[in-house]
Amino acid sequence: MESRVALFARRSAAGMAGGLVLAAFGLALLPVTAVVTLLMLLSVIGLVFPFPPAVRLSRWQARLGRRITLAVTGVDIDEPYRPRPAPPVRQPDGWYRADNRLYKKPTIPAYTQRLDWLLKDPATWRDLLWGIGFPLGAAPAAAIPAAMLLYGAASAVASGSLAGVALAVAGAALGPWTLRAAGLWNRALLAPTQRARLAGRVRDLAESRSQEVDAQAAQLRRIERDLHDGAQARLVAVGMTLGAAERLLDTDPAAAIALIGKAQEASATALAELRRLVRGIRPPVLAERGLADALRALAVDSALDVTVTIDAPGERCGEAVEAAVYFAVSELLTNAARHGGATSAAIDMTVRRRELTVVVRDDGSGGADPARGSGLRGIERRLTALDGTFTLDSPPGEPTVATLSVPEALAPEHDPEPEAPERAAAPSPSWNLRRVTALAGACLLVVLPLLLPVAAYWLVPALAVPSWPAAVTTAVAAGGALLLAGGIVGSVRRA
Amino acid sequence: MRVVIAEDLYLLREGLVHLLRAHGFDIAAAVESGPELLKALVEERPDVAVVDVRLPPTFTDEGLQAALEARRRVPGLPVLVLSQHVEQLYARELLADGSGAVGYLLKDRVFNSEQFVDALRRVAGGGTAMDPEVIAKLLASNARNQPLARLTPREREVLELMAEGRSNAAISQRLFLSDSAVGKHTASIFAKLDLAPSDDDNRRVLAVLAYLNAT
Repeated sequence: MESRVALFARRSAAGMAGGLVLAAFGLALLPVTAVVTLLMLLSVIGLVFPFPPAVRLSRWQARLGRRITLAVTGVDIDEPYRPRPAPPVRQPDGWYRADNRLYKKPTIPAYTQRLDWLLKDPATWRDLLWGIGFPLGAAPAAAIPAAMLLYGAASAVASGSLAGVALAVAGAALGPWTLRAAGLWNRALLAPTQRARLAGRVRDLAESRSQEVDAQAAQLRRIERDLHDGAQARLVAVGMTLGAAERLLDTDPAAAIALIGKAQEASATALAELRRLVRGIRPPVLAERGLADALRALAVDSALDVTVTIDAPGERCGEAVEAAVYFAVSELLTNAARHGGATSAAIDMTVRRRELTVVVRDDGSGGADPARGSGLRGIERRLTALDGTFTLDSPPGEPTVATLSVPEALAPEHDPEPEAPERAAAPSPSWNLRRVTALAGACLLVVLPLLLPVAAYWLVPALAVPSWPAAVTTAVAAGGALLLAGGIVGSVRRA
Repeated sequence: MRVVIAEDLYLLREGLVHLLRAHGFDIAAAVESGPELLKALVEERPDVAVVDVRLPPTFTDEGLQAALEARRRVPGLPVLVLSQHVEQLYARELLADGSGAVGYLLKDRVFNSEQFVDALRRVAGGGTAMDPEVIAKLLASNARNQPLARLTPREREVLELMAEGRSNAAISQRLFLSDSAVGKHTASIFAKLDLAPSDDDNRRVLAVLAYLNAT
């Protein structure tokens, strides 16, 4: 086991090294930020054309910032940008419309759309804020522990002062914390805001909903056509045949009996068709027994040698979830037999903490690709509409493993009391807190660069003539500033 | 012969009552829900019961569950299950205790009253009556079975009819074969599937069904 001292040394070395990397990165960003700011200022005074390249440059540096933050501090940051707008659509009259104006060619509408997209995305302005704040504030601040260590060690060696040793140790102790604080600070600006996250979620949901609604409409159409051409037509035939039989009953009883037999046959065929239709809408076992037994029934009916393992409580899943998963597994088994050349398969169903996971493995030759099979895409669509996921691992020549999972899969408990709507309508109290902390963060951005010259003013003469009051004051000031920064970042994250 | 009928749709229930009365059955009870059915089966001890799978109050597989429960309490109680659809899973559950005297037919089979009554009598006599669709599904899910693939087309026909629960005499009538020809076919089937031959019709049917269900 690693001793405590070694662990401390390793952590603080990593922290300080990371801080130096961030500081160097911040320094390197300065010219880029200068260019971005200049281009944006140009667009403020009326020149629109430099704006998109400025945003592109700013996004490039923010992306770099995210990657380096992840590599150095381990803080993972998602991209906040809104999706690119769809290209302008030509109207039936051959023109392109943008803001109540008509254009002959799509270039200008596309350009205004793009400008709008960049301008209205809050991430654009947060990137810019980060581009200025990081090289000037967070990056130098991340280097403070290393500076403390170096200065403390130098003064300790030069004059053997105890204060120097203390400063060096304090710097080493602060190292990992500063680095983490810098990472969180980057996340506070570079990650999507709560509002952007929600907007993205609404976008995804709207898309999956419209797909699902379309698919359901198509299915209803198919059912209507099947009924119209199948059972309905046959029942008409039954009625007509029986009518003819009735007319023949007196004159030709033998022919009447033959016709009645025909009518019976037609009604049996109609029943068979209805049965097939019902099976495609809501399979009987699923309706009667739930998902676990329906999967067992699928296994029994399959031409493959299928084993089923169920690890789930007796509670039933939601109806939509059951149907989606049932048809997905049915499709996967059919694919395995038809295209994968499999001879056996295994279905694993688990329900843990209200999340349903079904894994279907087969011993076929793989190579299934959701991009090509419409069936697989349909599975994905249905599961996405339920907030679920579908992953398919099917390397050519190897067995296929498909994993379906749906969170909150269990049937909702019937709650007679609906949730109080006024509670949802009340304004969230965290809003003000977020404003305040953001403001405090911005103030810190200004204070930190100001603090640095002050610290340097103390540090430089202190380096020349080691005086411990100066060193202690610097250390206290720097530590205080870092604590403040850490606290603010923490509260921003919580908010 | 005393019969208990369980069917929730009034028209179908009355139709079944009339049909069976016309064929000389004595209707001990005609019920419309799962709990009533279980009570009637255990108290009346009929010679045979005709049961719809889906019954109130839950409209799930209430009828099947009641029939299985009654057979647990009264082993070997003859039950013919009717349904709008047939499921291999349910057929397996009915056959699981290996004692026979079960039937599982589509509701459409009632159309042909002669065959339906014949199946009912067979079940009452301790035999089995499986719907041709169950057997077709059973054979389809056995598509990879090597011994089955070696059967001749004629032997396969005989196997299908045997799996439905028909006696040798019925098979010979149906396929226009002599009794001895059917006997030869069944012997050949049993040899190819490596099953122990038996003279008893019922036991032979159960052996074939067990073989098909095992894979």
